[in-house]
Amino acid sequence: MSVQLSVDGRRVDVNVDPRTTLLDLLRERLDVIAPKKGCDHGQCGSCTVLLDGRRHLTCLALAVAQDGAEIVTAEGLAGGPDGEHDLHAMQRAFLEHDGYQCGYCTPGQICSAVGMLAELADGHPSHVSPDLTAAPKATDEEIRERMSGNLCRCGAYVGILAAIRQSAQASA
Amino acid sequence: MRPFAYHRPADPAEAVALVAADPAASFLGGGTNLVDHLKLGVTRPGTLVDVTGLGLDTVEQTDASLRIGTNVRNSDLAAHPALRAGWPAVSRALLAGASGQIRNQATTGGNLLQRTRCVYFQDVTTPCNKRESGSGCSAIGGYGRYNAVLGASGQCVATHPSDLAVALAALDAVVVVLGPDGERRIPATELHRLPEEHPEHDTTLRHGELITAVELPSSPLAARSTYQKARDRASYAFALVSAAVGLDLDEDGTVRDVRIAWGGVAHKPWRATRAEDALRGEQPTEDAVRAAVDIELTGANTDDQSAYKLPMVRATTTYAVHRLLEGSR
Repeated sequence: MSVQLSVDGRRVDVNVDPRTTLLDLLRERLDVIAPKKGCDHGQCGSCTVLLDGRRHLTCLALAVAQDGAEIVTAEGLAGGPDGEHDLHAMQRAFLEHDGYQCGYCTPGQICSAVGMLAELADGHPSHVSPDLTAAPKATDEEIRERMSGNLCRCGAYVGILAAIRQSAQASA
Repeated sequence: MRPFAYHRPADPAEAVALVAADPAASFLGGGTNLVDHLKLGVTRPGTLVDVTGLGLDTVEQTDASLRIGTNVRNSDLAAHPALRAGWPAVSRALLAGASGQIRNQATTGGNLLQRTRCVYFQDVTTPCNKRESGSGCSAIGGYGRYNAVLGASGQCVATHPSDLAVALAALDAVVVVLGPDGERRIPATELHRLPEEHPEHDTTLRHGELITAVELPSSPLAARSTYQKARDRASYAFALVSAAVGLDLDEDGTVRDVRIAWGGVAHKPWRATRAEDALRGEQPTEDAVRAAVDIELTGANTDDQSAYKLPMVRATTTYAVHRLLEGSR
């Protein structure tokens, strides 16, 4: 079946078997390897991208069901050719704060963090928000709760939290 | 993954007709549970009918109710200002479930129709009456920590995993369904069923019936409601047990009306009507809530692995009432 997508600013028109997940389409057919296959069951978050601006798991999405979607991976978050100055502010923050060890979960962490801060800016509450009707704040507790869908087996959570905290303060 | 045909109709009646005409067809919503089951081989549909192109994705408020389209995503619903103000238990239940990514993908109707996370149901190498009728139940006498303690049968001891469904059962929600013969309205408490001799059926829906909307009636109970969940880790885990509670008090602090529903204890969200009856007209003290919970738990069946759920239900319900009395929601 035919699927048209925008992937990191590139127009893509491909024929896929309906069984193909969005993750497999990106990695195996389009050579977009920033999203990673960790658990492939929606439990680890390493396949996270921004889909129409929202953080989204690609392992639990059929490619045929995403026709017309605009996808931005961690690679597409960077502004241009490789180089430190072209990195997204969240990517620079992860570098500054050692928000990774092996790096496998990192592209998913970064996409998730960017999407999460947009949700915060839109006033979305979370499980730990004390008042459902008040504007939420980017406290450490809120960041931890909102990032619970991204696991890091190296345990780099201290650096991940520091990186996201810095980005939240910079964008506040 | 077995091959399947894929359709994405734009009209609800067409979607219903496609599934109703084909016993091997399934609806596909956000896919967060079904796509995983396709990979695991838990379900093997011949045709998927994607309903996310049908619209049905708005929240409409009237004086008397909130009408939620089936395709409203869990994150958007949880953040909806009207829901947060008028039905906080529903917002809290959604926020207590899954992860940020999954809440962006999962739909309202899909959340209600997710399947049990019983480890044997998801493991195709083991017998499971829910997955394969008549094959046996591996959870009876097996790993039993997540098993039901109310309303189970000799065929199945699975629990329903949805947090949303528990809040809907507590707050008298109505599920609107479109079928081949037209529309019907089902009280949320009657959407899911007990396993009895047919655990392969989670709900009372007929094949081809599509959830199109959920309606929440306005009430003082709904506006003063909350959801309390106990789980193995602080976030991103299914409920061991949970409680949705709505409370309406007289001027002297006695209970004018109350709603209590539990998750993690049964094959369906368990509406604790006997506990509600016991609390009406009483002061909602910790002792009174515990006593009311115990009346409801009279019929509970536990073993060494699941016995912990009873004190946990008591504590969770008591804490939910305590939070409501404190003014938090």
